[in-house]
Amino acid sequence: MEDKNQEKNSLYLKIMPYLEKYGILLLLVIMIVVMHFLQPDVFLSWRNVTNVFKQISWQSMLALGVFMVIVTAGIDLSVGSIMMLSLMILAIVAKAGAPWYIVVITPLIAGFLCGLFNGLGITLLRMPHPFIMTLGTLYIFRGTGNLISGGTPISGFTDEVRYLGHGRIDLTWLGLEKSQYLPVSLVLIAIVYIIFWIFMNKTRTGKWIYAIGGNPNAARASGINVNKILVIVYSLCGFLSGIGALILAGRTDSGYPNAGLQSELDAIAACIIGGASFFGGRGTVLGVFAGVMIMGILRNGLNLMDVSSFWQQVLIGSIIVLAVYIDVLRRDLGTRK
Amino acid sequence: MSSINQLLLEAKSVTKYFGTITALENVNLKIHAGECLGVVGDNGAGKSTLMKVLSGLYKPSAGSLFFDGKEKILESPKDSQNLGLEMVYQDLALAGNLPIGENIFLGREPTKNLGLLKFLDYKKIKDLTDAHLGKLKINVKSADQKVEELSGGQRQAVAIARSTAFNAKVVIMDEPTAALAIKEVGKVLDLINSLKQTGVGVIVISHRMDDIFAVCDRVMALFQGTNFAESELSKTSRDEVIGWIMGKK
Repeated sequence: MEDKNQEKNSLYLKIMPYLEKYGILLLLVIMIVVMHFLQPDVFLSWRNVTNVFKQISWQSMLALGVFMVIVTAGIDLSVGSIMMLSLMILAIVAKAGAPWYIVVITPLIAGFLCGLFNGLGITLLRMPHPFIMTLGTLYIFRGTGNLISGGTPISGFTDEVRYLGHGRIDLTWLGLEKSQYLPVSLVLIAIVYIIFWIFMNKTRTGKWIYAIGGNPNAARASGINVNKILVIVYSLCGFLSGIGALILAGRTDSGYPNAGLQSELDAIAACIIGGASFFGGRGTVLGVFAGVMIMGILRNGLNLMDVSSFWQQVLIGSIIVLAVYIDVLRRDLGTRK
Repeated sequence: MSSINQLLLEAKSVTKYFGTITALENVNLKIHAGECLGVVGDNGAGKSTLMKVLSGLYKPSAGSLFFDGKEKILESPKDSQNLGLEMVYQDLALAGNLPIGENIFLGREPTKNLGLLKFLDYKKIKDLTDAHLGKLKINVKSADQKVEELSGGQRQAVAIARSTAFNAKVVIMDEPTAALAIKEVGKVLDLINSLKQTGVGVIVISHRMDDIFAVCDRVMALFQGTNFAESELSKTSRDEVIGWIMGKK
């Protein structure tokens, strides 16, 4: 009896790490296969695949930022508003006639400063939970964005400014057709995700982010400056929202008041679907990417099949609950009590 | 034996006031290499305060600390760590989501440089962890196992391994067996014995007479913030030590 249990246990120990790491990718692959059979002509066409990546481009930046925050057992509700404010600042600077290289870095700086504001507020004002600080800044940043723009859209950017969100990398030299281009935003997603994968997994700061989420007291007792790391995390989250603003500026060619409305909830949903734990310390960059992709493919696939957007809401909500329930089951089995 | 071995840490007439309350009054403590000192006392006797003074978390109101015979003033726990003193906390300061090795090296991870960038050296963490666990005869399946998958006793062993991974000379353990199942207590006590053999001085705060009499060489009792009694373990008995805790000689 004992032997059997041990055998089961050791098999479990062998499989669990892989399931934890790649289980969500399995779900993604299954979804792609199902969608392919439902829409064999369209779904995996060059045009549709690049379309999915273009659609998830700015959401993937917000989700990555929120993911790091969630790993510390925090939450950032203000990413949508940070993106909108950064976008409005970009639009105003662009309209003022600043050269493109200035216009391009303004949303990044603005986003970073908004995140820094969140981080300092949470640590210096000793807010009982990041939820409260970022709920406040959700209103503050969007209000500020409307104040400086007068609440009206500002449109028309130069091609340089639009490059990251709208640019195309020509692949005709590979013998492909003119319509088979590579969106610049896809390359950007890949680069940003690889950089942050390295940051989270291969650097001490990344390791400490996980440690803070696992047990903040242990981190403190180990001599880690927890508040400093938290400020870095929220600042990076803001910075990524700034990149999101730059991509959105390229895609829409406009700064508009409703930009990123409720996108913080999409970002949180992508993290949760991707296996990040709300209690902190758990989740992978790859998982977040899968979470973003799953939401993107679901929306795209349901659009292709002419399913109403109301059903899309119901389905995405169901997937969140299901994904977390699977996580609960996994934790029950995986940890000793 | 304690007279032969090197004196690692000495506290001389340490006094600590919190406002008008006297938490410690003229308390003395000595710990030698390879020795285990048991500190007993009722709740509020001043055990925790004394340990916090030793680790630099509290500054004594009067009195002095000598590390290796030299007087030192501690500004923070970082200072005492640098002098080779480590604490093992009762609530086991470990991050359950991280593997054993990364917990042991948390905050002090070895890195390798790639140009200007520093990256974690996972291989070194694993090798050092295996070697260190081997030295302390701690058995775990793998250094890559997450701490949350371990039993309470194994976690306590990891916490102790963590405290001694950086050449600690003195390790203070606060109730090291309080949270453990009975069958695991023995393993932790064995670990304390093997620590002593490596020349570390161990201070154990415990309520369990079984623990004190299994690993300690000397026992001292605090009562109402003062040194109440002290003895070589061989020259006292359980009943006498329990009496000291209650303030009876």
